[in-house]
Amino acid sequence: MDRIPILQMGEFLLVTIQVDMHDRLAMTLQDDLTSRIEKTSAKGVLIDISSLEMVDSFIGRMIANISGMSRILDASTVVVGMQPAVAITLVELGLSLTGVQTALNVERGMERLRADMAGKESDYVGDEE
Amino acid sequence: MSVTKSEVQPVRTEQDIVLARQVVRKLTQELAFGLVDQTKMVTAASELARNTVVYGGGGTMKCEALLEGARRGLRLTFEDQGPGIPDLTLAMKDGWTSGSGMGLGLSGAKRLVNDFEIDSEPGKGTRVKITRWK
Repeated sequence: MDRIPILQMGEFLLVTIQVDMHDRLAMTLQDDLTSRIEKTSAKGVLIDISSLEMVDSFIGRMIANISGMSRILDASTVVVGMQPAVAITLVELGLSLTGVQTALNVERGMERLRADMAGKESDYVGDEE
Repeated sequence: MSVTKSEVQPVRTEQDIVLARQVVRKLTQELAFGLVDQTKMVTAASELARNTVVYGGGGTMKCEALLEGARRGLRLTFEDQGPGIPDLTLAMKDGWTSGSGMGLGLSGAKRLVNDFEIDSEPGKGTRVKITRWK
């Protein structure tokens, strides 16, 4: 069965979606990511969708689910690289991906994840004082 | 209004949904739709193809390239012989779903196109026709 590869880089997991996903592949990615977060104690997930030429309500829901599930597992998610035409279409479709962090590109997405982590650590230190 | 090209595509499996998106992308490109218009039509097709597979038990998508005066357009007709939709007003509501989806399929697809027609008869099936002009 085909799968979308998940790469680990330090405390982050990286996913680049480069194929036109059928629904089951999207569901598999959701399951794979959540189990990888648990296994690796990852603190952040970066999903690059710059190759995606379309996001419909099913894929949109998968993205929102991943973001919600990883938050519960104590990891932040950033979705990067959404094409403008895809963003316009998504909003008109009625899906605004509330609660999903986004960034324009991979570099800014990584900055965002690092900032999130730094934020969490300082919270922790603050609690101890 | 004349139909300059017509083809019918089976929409029975998940893979067919992906195929339907690719066919519609290609046709919108041939009609020289702008990128945003292409994306809207492909997304609407994806939503309706999924409905055909998941709720209609499979069916077909007919694609027709249209010419009316100087303007060109694409019409897609999704047809299934499934259980039909008992309450169309309810089915067209944002967020209402009889399945496990988000309930954006029909209402969302309608917002992405210029013309939207739906006919459904319980026990007979459903037909959704959408058109987008360039």
